[in-house]
Amino acid sequence: MSSEPQFFDQPGGFVGKPLVRVEGREKVTGKAKYSAEFPLPGLTYGVLATSPIAKGKIQSIDTTAAAKELGVIAVLTHQNLPKLAKTPDSPEGKKATSAPMGFMPLTSDEIFYAGQPVALVVADTLDHAIYAATLVKVNYAPESPIANFHDARAKLFNPAQVQDGKVDGHKRRGDAKTAFASAPIQLTATYTHPIYHHNPMEPGSTTAHWEAPDRLTVYESTQGVTRTQTTLVAMTGLPREQVRVITKYLGGGFGCKGSCWPHTVLTVQAAKAVGRPVQLMLTRKQQFTSMGHREDQSQTLQLGATADGKLTSLIHTKQSTTSPWDEYAESNSKIINLLYACPTFEASYEMARANVMTSTFMRAPGEAPGSFALECSMDDLAARLGVDPIEIRLRNHADHDYSTGQPWSSKSLKQCYARGAELFGWSKRNPKAGQTRDGRYLVGMGMATASYPVHSSQGTARARLYADGHAVVQSGATDLGTGTYTVMTQVAADSLGLPIEKVRFELGDTNLPTAPNSGGSIAAGTVSSSVFMAAQDVWQRLIKIAVGDKKSPLYKAKPEDVTVEKGRLFLKKDPKKGEGYADLMKRADLTDIEGMGRGRYGAGYETGHAASPAGPGNNTESAAEHSMHSFGAHFCEVRVDMDLGIIRVSKWVSVMGAGRILNAQTARSQIIGGAIFGIGSVLMEATERDAKYSRYTNADLANYHVPVNADIPNMTVEFVEEHDPYINAMGVKGIGEISMVGVAAAVANAVYHATGKRLRDLPLTPEKVMMAGVAS
Amino acid sequence: MNNFAYTQAASTKEAATVTQSDKHAAFISGGTSLIDLMKSNIEQHSLLVDLNKLSLLGVENSATGLRIGALERMSDVGEHPLVVQNYPVISQSLLASASPQLRNMASMGGNLLQRTRCGYFRDVAFPCNKRVPGSGCPAQDGDNRTLAILGGSTSCIATHASDLCVALVALEAKLTLENAKGATRIVPLADFYKLPGKTPHIENQLQPGELITAITIPAAAHARKSHYLKVRDRASYAYALVSAAVGLDVQGGTIRSARVALGGVGTVPWRVPAVEKALVGKPATEDTFRAAAALAVRDASPREHNKFKIELAQRTIVRALLEVAA
Ligand SMILES: Cc1cc2nc3c(=O)[nH]c(=O)nc-3n(C[C@H](O)[C@H](O)[C@H](O)COP(=O)(O)OP(=O)(O)OC[C@H]3O[C@@H](n4cnc5c(N)ncnc54)[C@H](O)[C@@H]3O)c2cc1C
Ligand code: SF4
Repeated sequence: MSSEPQFFDQPGGFVGKPLVRVEGREKVTGKAKYSAEFPLPGLTYGVLATSPIAKGKIQSIDTTAAAKELGVIAVLTHQNLPKLAKTPDSPEGKKATSAPMGFMPLTSDEIFYAGQPVALVVADTLDHAIYAATLVKVNYAPESPIANFHDARAKLFNPAQVQDGKVDGHKRRGDAKTAFASAPIQLTATYTHPIYHHNPMEPGSTTAHWEAPDRLTVYESTQGVTRTQTTLVAMTGLPREQVRVITKYLGGGFGCKGSCWPHTVLTVQAAKAVGRPVQLMLTRKQQFTSMGHREDQSQTLQLGATADGKLTSLIHTKQSTTSPWDEYAESNSKIINLLYACPTFEASYEMARANVMTSTFMRAPGEAPGSFALECSMDDLAARLGVDPIEIRLRNHADHDYSTGQPWSSKSLKQCYARGAELFGWSKRNPKAGQTRDGRYLVGMGMATASYPVHSSQGTARARLYADGHAVVQSGATDLGTGTYTVMTQVAADSLGLPIEKVRFELGDTNLPTAPNSGGSIAAGTVSSSVFMAAQDVWQRLIKIAVGDKKSPLYKAKPEDVTVEKGRLFLKKDPKKGEGYADLMKRADLTDIEGMGRGRYGAGYETGHAASPAGPGNNTESAAEHSMHSFGAHFCEVRVDMDLGIIRVSKWVSVMGAGRILNAQTARSQIIGGAIFGIGSVLMEATERDAKYSRYTNADLANYHVPVNADIPNMTVEFVEEHDPYINAMGVKGIGEISMVGVAAAVANAVYHATGKRLRDLPLTPEKVMMAGVAS
Repeated sequence: MNNFAYTQAASTKEAATVTQSDKHAAFISGGTSLIDLMKSNIEQHSLLVDLNKLSLLGVENSATGLRIGALERMSDVGEHPLVVQNYPVISQSLLASASPQLRNMASMGGNLLQRTRCGYFRDVAFPCNKRVPGSGCPAQDGDNRTLAILGGSTSCIATHASDLCVALVALEAKLTLENAKGATRIVPLADFYKLPGKTPHIENQLQPGELITAITIPAAAHARKSHYLKVRDRASYAYALVSAAVGLDVQGGTIRSARVALGGVGTVPWRVPAVEKALVGKPATEDTFRAAAALAVRDASPREHNKFKIELAQRTIVRALLEVAA
């Protein structure tokens, strides 16, 4: 490939258009089947009984009453559950099982966290199982748990690595401490936030079916069928081809469904034990303790700058809570290291073990909280120098990636600032904080930079074109509910030159060509590139047939001289010479023709190897020639009722540069979805964990507040046109996470501008805002 | 959730009789509160007696006041023109409650008997004196941000969660109760609820089998000029952190009568007569409101995380009074 795929943008093309969801009708009519909606013959229902205590030992379990209850088929505990081939309770085991947590419940009598499963009841109906689960009597020897890193007994330590071993726990670039010590401007601030939970609409759910003693099919609520398969292969000991994972529809994930968690494995074991398919769906309360969360944390950022506001030093430290077995912390420092042109940088992590479930990646892991600290501190710097917040960012604009020294593959940040400011009316902003009133309300405007990496990944797709003008295109990706079905159908239709309704895109099955996890904002770029490449493969095969077919007008032409447009193969130099694929296939007696494609990170249309197979080495972020990121800016207006402490977001603008946008409507939905996610995190979301019991006190959606419509104003979203020739064949960067990066800071900066008060302890609930006013 | 039997009552008498004779029976109206409690194993009932066929309906306004049948839905009452016009505080408190879906289902009677949102009460894994008498109260020095600063005891500081009740106690509403014998009694709402003291599990005066059949609210000038203000963690669909129901009768700039009650701060809906007294006879100004509001929290006994309610409660009263005085 040597040029950007162009034909999409031509009249009549589908890519980029605001097409409505191809699966929308299925969903609103209830036909779309989620993972707990497969009524297999002989289906049984599993319900977990969980531990009330957060630490201690099971002394005895009495399952007699539960087992006697109507409809109960089995009551499984650590005493009778079939053994696993491998468990994640050692570093090697964890690696082999690809499990997000280094512990498997129902393997011993030890209790490590509240909500830990202690029994799994299987019954003929869900109701019977729910009731019987309440009859499982467990005697515990409780011990006093540690709830978080603030506990006096908690021991802070420096982990060697964070983010599941993906990022170094200590990072240095230049001598940041010395630079800070001599900086004319020195700012130090601490930012804290509570535990957040992903809370997708659809809780974790599994339907496990052993079709034969050595063959397993699992309908799973997961962001990645292959990753789930990997875990199940390791834990069951089955060969990979004997484990099939299917996810047709997903009701959101936000990262918590990016891994295979214990309840899935337990359901698989239960199905084995009872010899019938078992379906298990977590309750909302169980969701809070079963699939991870964003950890409670405190981060301190030291920022050194010259008198005119140029950064000289950034030093970041973070303290957070982790589980008894894992060393998980989001890598907040990554974005701080690269967002601006800062010559020195240092970051280190501290964590303490507590009796909690392992935390995990949650939408923009690291980037979301890291950008909160950095972008608030940048706002402080602007205020300190009396410089406009956009101007301070322009003064520190990074023209390359300072964290690696690599050039950017593309960066449209300056355009995002300019366009965002224009759409928002930034020029009307009063340079002084706390000065703008509208009746009772203090009005403030804030902004923040957003950025998210294009993560390394690769995937495959298969395109099958039928001679009758239909096509089926497949890739084992998942659609989180964000539009993967739709955008891939668009790409497939354009690539094959077919009307949208003649193309069916299939996903969510390990029997299909392997695709990466839909996480880290990689699905859109990788899968669309795979689809595009698969279509190209179809055409190459047809061209080969044509040039060897005596009856074809293209007979004896050189394949490289032939091109394809809207299904017609013709000579580049003499477009009149050619024919449609249908005629060609008819003569060749082909009902259909299949192509395979591999979409790869770093294999953009300028790099020359977009069409080449993936090789080792050129598929990792550090090996790439370019640093690849999306950039953008969020703008926020708030109205603050200082007397009652109420903050209302009254205006929102997000402008993003994220490569090619595949569907204007689903892309807008991603951005507003992420922004609302971020607004929730800054204004209201918090999971409360009781300090004595280490157990959540608001594990339901009545008391864990996420934004409702009334919290959200009209939102304006724009994408700047950006052509990135390096990232992947389609030039698509992905937008699932950048949408929330910087959001918390944009709101907090607006609150600062409205009130003159800098609030750094999230969420900004009424009492914090009101009391900030009292203190003055 | 346990297994239970279900029956539909054809008359109030039948409903009351069945329920009186079985201490594990419970009435069910909208079920929005009860089913939640049963699913969380907080309450276990062997029999549910459905009240929905009973004719405990009607929203009637007369010279003496308003009468609302106990089975009227929150949404119907909240949007009823008579209520909107003559008792705005009731309408506003209802429409600021829960969500449209819940309000369409939930009954007025059920609303009065909803139970606290204290997170320890709502999770059977915790001790809780209200749920299991004598087991303890982890909220005292736990997560008590949303709990009460008024009317609490060392046994319990759970907040009464209803918005409607705040408006109703402010306007001196009365309940009509009916028992298995068909006898009715009228109880002022303010007397209906019990402070937790040492027995937080006993929340009200209702006797076994006794039904709420109607709510009556006396007509008054301060009812027509009334307002409900709710401060919460998000713009809609959240319980009150603090709320205020106020009514004012102002003539020639002077306050003739006033009604003030607070939500989110008390273990029961919390009327503040001292504030009302301090308002009467004074000019309807912010200064008056401020001075009076201070009296609302004189007896407050906050815990670690709910101290802010002392300040927020006063401000909420002042703002609500400013709204009606405007
Ligand atoms: C997510 C959520 C959010 C909510 N938010 C709010 C809020 O912001 N503000 C607010 O005020 N409320 C709120 N509620 C509570 C809601 O208003 C109550 O659940 C509802 O009013 C209860 O009415 P119901 O008819 O459904 O009662 P049910 O659930 O049927 O019954 C509740 C109780 O009352 C008893 N009962 C019912 N009717 C009678 C009667 N006539 N006589 C005697 N006993 C009776 C039942 O036995 C039961 O004990 C919320 C509820 C939920 C689930
Ligand atoms: S405050 Fe009341 S309801 Fe809450 S834990 Fe204590 S006793 Fe239970």
